[in-house]
Amino acid sequence: MAILEIEGLTKTYRVGFFNRPYSALNGVDLKIEPNEIFGYLGPNGSGKTTTIKSILGLIRPDGGKIRMFDQPFSGVESKRNIGYLPENPYFYTYLTALEVLDFYAQLFEIRKVDREKRINNLLELVGLSEARHQVLRNFSKGMLQRIGIAQALINDPKLVILDEPMSGLDPIGRKEMRDIILDLKDQGKTVFFSSHILSDVEMICDRVGIVFKGKVISVGKLEEMLSSTVKAVEITVKRLSHAGYDELQKSDEKMIHSGENTLIILRSEDDIDRVTTILTKHTTKIVSIIPHKTSLEDLFVQQLEKVLKNEN
Amino acid sequence: MKIRAIAINTFREAARDKILYTLLIFGLLLIVASEVVSPLTLGQQERVMKDIGLASISIFCVLIILLVGAGLLYKELDKRTIYTILSKPVHRYQFILGKYFGLLTTLLVIVAVMTVTLYAHLWLMGQNPTAGLLIAICFIYIKLAVVTSVAIMFSGFSSPALSATFTFIIYFIGHLSADIKNLTQHLDSQFVHFLTNALYYLVPNLDYFDLKSQAVHQIPIDSSFYFLSTIYAITYIFAMLLIAIMVFERRDLK
Ligand SMILES: Nc1ncnc2c1ncn2[C@@H]1O[C@H](COP(=O)(O)OP(=O)(O)OP(=O)(O)O)[C@@H](O)[C@H]1O
Ligand SMILES: [Mg+2]
Repeated sequence: MAILEIEGLTKTYRVGFFNRPYSALNGVDLKIEPNEIFGYLGPNGSGKTTTIKSILGLIRPDGGKIRMFDQPFSGVESKRNIGYLPENPYFYTYLTALEVLDFYAQLFEIRKVDREKRINNLLELVGLSEARHQVLRNFSKGMLQRIGIAQALINDPKLVILDEPMSGLDPIGRKEMRDIILDLKDQGKTVFFSSHILSDVEMICDRVGIVFKGKVISVGKLEEMLSSTVKAVEITVKRLSHAGYDELQKSDEKMIHSGENTLIILRSEDDIDRVTTILTKHTTKIVSIIPHKTSLEDLFVQQLEKVLKNEN
Repeated sequence: MKIRAIAINTFREAARDKILYTLLIFGLLLIVASEVVSPLTLGQQERVMKDIGLASISIFCVLIILLVGAGLLYKELDKRTIYTILSKPVHRYQFILGKYFGLLTTLLVIVAVMTVTLYAHLWLMGQNPTAGLLIAICFIYIKLAVVTSVAIMFSGFSSPALSATFTFIIYFIGHLSADIKNLTQHLDSQFVHFLTNALYYLVPNLDYFDLKSQAVHQIPIDSSFYFLSTIYAITYIFAMLLIAIMVFERRDLK
């Protein structure tokens, strides 16, 4: 069973005075499994927000299918189990933190006793207990983002959809947001969040989908995506003998000397055994062996290049 | 419950808006100051005070509708506060009804405050206001409910300034539409007839809610008039909200 299944989602906006069509989504396919943290990655304008708004019925997609909790998306009924944090969320500035959360809780028809308890817990979770009676007009951007998270969790949702949850947060805020997301996973929830900041995704996501120009160009488990593309391995050794140097030179290894250290750069993981055998034969001291995985950043660029090449 | 929550919140927004209090104070001042402008002849003074009282309730509430109501939906879209609401299990029609009843509640409180002031003032001046005055105020409120529905309908697709202008024009014509129809009765042009007829049926006839003659001049009114006016108002409001909902239901939230 998939928590969320999107098939061939398309959306064309009308832009400008002449209502020129602009294709923001060109057939997005996605499948989100239960209890995973899914990172939806893409550069600015690639269609992340458009996808999310379509999922929530805030805009009408032109085509495609959306299934949620193994049922066709049914508007209000489906939304009972979703929590949503919009990109740059806006709230009623004349309400206090307490009032705004109480208002949202009422939209889920949560009983008054339960409301109070849940709101207190959430304010605690996002670290706004102190500011509960403060009007939102006086909130900083980071505080608004925290209120945003609190309101997204007010209904104890099964699926949490966050549009750029880390934006506007300082390093500590980002760390806290990551902890909250990991905590949600521990509670058995599914988290779908968008970002264009790779490090946020890299640290916590089980799977990522990369979206570019309104199409998902690759989806996969993060470990697999990364480990399948281990680029190089760097071995640092101390006091490499001439004999050792010559032997490595013969097998065409790339070496960089600095002082008594030598850095040997292997083209692939498969060479590690062969090279370390040579090194031990010449009783060279190995300082470190570091596999250089492709960072998500490299991966991202690679995937984009692939798509661009196909287009031309 | 969802509609109520949205309505209460809309009321709260208005209640925390300073402009509203400024307007209200002006309205109250006008009611109290009416004796300054009224002639000293006894019978007439009462009439002028009631006249001005009813007029200021009507005018100040319409001002509030133009100021608050005409931006009611637009502001939610523009400030994107609507995202976090419609992503929850709330139907779009519930949102519109919540907004509508919220503004009606606001107007009810304002009308109540002004009414109490008017009555207190009349009593202080040694006069005895009749029940007819209260009925007239009730019908002003019904008229306000009609105008609010017009404002909310416009605010679903045009900017606050534009919908305020449209609403004001409708309000203005609404008080004249019967006159315009009568005036053009004698003209030959088919086109003018068509136009005035269209105007007459599309624009709410706000004269149906004007009971000033009864309240101020004690001219009796047939009770079926009350009934028909109320039915007319409900029908009109229903139509306006239906249009607002239909337009709103289809649109993308940008
Ligand atoms: N309401 C709209 N009208 C017209 N075009 C739009 C509208 N909303 C988005 N677009 C266009 O659709 C494309 C996708 O936008 P979207 O907001 O989904 O991107 P995004 O991936 O969320 O970007 P970002 O990282 O900047 O938030 C963009 O090129 C944008 O210009
Ligand atoms: Mg976006």
